[in-house]
Amino acid sequence: MLRTIARNRVVKRLAAALLTLFGVAVFVFVMLRAIPGDQISANLGTEAAALTPAQRAALESYYGLDQPLITQFFSWMGNLLTGNLGFSSRAQASVLDLTLAALPVTFELAVLSILFALVIGIPLGMLSASKPDSLRDGLGQTVGLAGLSVPAFLLATMLLSLLATWFGFNPNGRGFAPLFTDPLLNLQQMLLPALVLGFGIAAPIMRTTRTAVLEVRSDDFIRTARAKGVPPRRLQLRHVLRNALVPIVTMTGLQFGYLLGGAVVVEQIFSVPGIGRQVLLGIQQKEYALVQSTVLVIALTFVIVNLLTDLLYRVIDPRVRS
Amino acid sequence: MSVGTRARRGTVATIGIAASVALALAGCSGSPQSEAEGPFVIGVTTDPDTLFPWKATQFQAVNVLQNIYGTLTEYDADLNVVPGLAESWEVSEDGLTVTFHLREGVKFADGSDFDSEDVKFSLDAIKAEETAAVAASSLGSVEEVTAVDPATVEVSLTAPDAALASNLAVVNMAMLSSDDTEEELNTTPNGTGPFAFDGRVASQSLTLKKNPNYWGDAAALDTVEFRVIPDEDSILSAMQSGNVHLAVFDNPLVAQTATDMGLDVAETPQLSYHTLQLNAHNGDVSDVNVRLAIQCAIDRQEVLDTAAFGEGEVTGPITSPAYKSDPAARPCPTRDLDKSAEYLAEAGMEDGVTIDAIVSQGEYASSVDEAQNLKDQLAEANIELDFEVLESGAFVDAWIAGEFEAAIALNGGRQDPDGMYGRYFTSDGNLNPVAGYSSPELDELFAQGRATSDEAERKEIYAQVSRELEDNAAWIWLFTSYTFTATTSNVDGFVPVATGSLQYLRTTTFK
Repeated sequence: MLRTIARNRVVKRLAAALLTLFGVAVFVFVMLRAIPGDQISANLGTEAAALTPAQRAALESYYGLDQPLITQFFSWMGNLLTGNLGFSSRAQASVLDLTLAALPVTFELAVLSILFALVIGIPLGMLSASKPDSLRDGLGQTVGLAGLSVPAFLLATMLLSLLATWFGFNPNGRGFAPLFTDPLLNLQQMLLPALVLGFGIAAPIMRTTRTAVLEVRSDDFIRTARAKGVPPRRLQLRHVLRNALVPIVTMTGLQFGYLLGGAVVVEQIFSVPGIGRQVLLGIQQKEYALVQSTVLVIALTFVIVNLLTDLLYRVIDPRVRS
Repeated sequence: MSVGTRARRGTVATIGIAASVALALAGCSGSPQSEAEGPFVIGVTTDPDTLFPWKATQFQAVNVLQNIYGTLTEYDADLNVVPGLAESWEVSEDGLTVTFHLREGVKFADGSDFDSEDVKFSLDAIKAEETAAVAASSLGSVEEVTAVDPATVEVSLTAPDAALASNLAVVNMAMLSSDDTEEELNTTPNGTGPFAFDGRVASQSLTLKKNPNYWGDAAALDTVEFRVIPDEDSILSAMQSGNVHLAVFDNPLVAQTATDMGLDVAETPQLSYHTLQLNAHNGDVSDVNVRLAIQCAIDRQEVLDTAAFGEGEVTGPITSPAYKSDPAARPCPTRDLDKSAEYLAEAGMEDGVTIDAIVSQGEYASSVDEAQNLKDQLAEANIELDFEVLESGAFVDAWIAGEFEAAIALNGGRQDPDGMYGRYFTSDGNLNPVAGYSSPELDELFAQGRATSDEAERKEIYAQVSRELEDNAAWIWLFTSYTFTATTSNVDGFVPVATGSLQYLRTTTFK
């Protein structure tokens, strides 16, 4: 009985996922403490040198730094199991509340960025593949290369500053509006960051599409279909693209997972209060619980996205299903 | 017709649709984005790390809290000590008792009354070690605080302390209500300042509203929002589109961009100073001749010009306007390599010497450039400055432990020279292990400075302190830099101050 359970594929996946998460937890916990400084010196800077031993002891007990590491680790783990992700003294809010506010923002940005990336990347990839080594291929490849090599911070700063200067258009300067409070302003604020991120991600998607389409086009069944007189547009979409989807979906899922980890640089430039900024601020302030729990949440979303991508294969490709 | 042509048409159509969607979204913005009718917005790169005034050291936190809380004394725009919650104060003949006469009718933002009990509660708590207040050591000379009557407080001292009135003027000495606790104030600040706390969205914005109970002239603005925009260039863009009205920068490059954009930029010399700290407890710099050799080998103007684009002033130890050191009063006011070589010979190190230094990365813009320039200049004097660039947490750790021969640092300054250097350069100062230098002469001078309330006499005493520090090259003082206050053209009445304080938000208006 037990053996059957252990052999079950879903159970195996879950066990592997849990083990991964535990590994991440240990890794983050150790790495954070390997960074020089603690919350006291992060708050006080060099003024921390003026603390008397009694003052330092008072602060250590306030931040829970007087506990042995092993106690800190297991009390964090224990709290996690009861849904307590910790407390941020900087924000004066629970990490759960902070994460629940930041995660949807990051999720929205990730979805929009992926949409932009697909809208740019797939057609461009198909265009390139339609006539390899031609002028249009070169054009497509150049755009792809630009997406890969133009740094996000440069593109972001330029867009922001030029639009503000020329058109006075700067929704991101207006204070962040959550999607459900002011959807119109929110979408404007997401437009530029999603465009910048989407442009960057369009490149790998474009390249994957190009390769996959080229490969499928050389398959026998395409020639057969063409011989049967399938109209070119239908051939491109139903036969070629459909069969080229698996690598494209893999690449998209991977990029989506990364985006859910927070795009720190773009979030900083456009003042988007996403999960990436939450981790960055936490590291700067040495708020251990905040960073540990947030990184774990990010790892969890990554694992879930991977699982969903796997499931998507079964929908796209009947061969996986059988 | 080839397959490709069809595909291209499809692509063009798709891209066209995407572009139209984008444009439509952009078009939704409607009117220009200006918020002139809305709140007054200050752009900040990060929000306060604490709202509890006794523990706040972060620049952004101090700036916000200064507008919410009141102190017994205050500074005016020229950093003179002026009455605050205490209308007047007198020092007894022997200097051991200071009596504060409190302003009457003052209320906290929550409507409760402010009286001498609150003063006693605040001063006692700041002094108590378990509070871990950052200004505790400024009350080192305080023996007892007595509330004589609701409007009078008597502070008895163990030794005369002429710096007390000045030390009380900082927000770390804020007067809190004896009914409040640290836990409550962390989320809901309650002070006697011109503004009251209105609300906060962590790491996004913090809003203040006019405090109707304020004892002085009411603030002109109804609402002030500190809006977090992490990137300085993005703050500038937000100012350009009229969404942000005021921002303070310390990077001269950003200030230059702001000027180019047509924003009003005011530069204000700061009390903080850039220095090459030498720790005489460690290595070869324990020899005064080595320290003097370093001092003579440095052209400070060159450091300022190369690292900070000349945006600042060469300085001696004391930077506050009333006690300013004369930067020409030092062993080598201009660079003198011959003299440097003589000092090195006197130290018996004609063949050169290597000094290990630490530099922080990212704490302030010019640190690494200063280190590089100092290294180049010292190399010509046969002194090798071997510097290590550290992430700011690692730098702070090394600094606190005093584990360095030299450190390139930007240290905060204070209005009163006793508060500024007494803790560094007296033998029992709490930062002396980091400063690395003290002498019986300095101990004596600092004691005299504390015991004398006569202004002219104090000036003479601190001029001697300054000379003593320079003659022994305790550290190498380099320059003070400017901060740059950028405002949009519709802002009026803001006065920048050398402490970097935003206290004049209360006189600020829209034109």
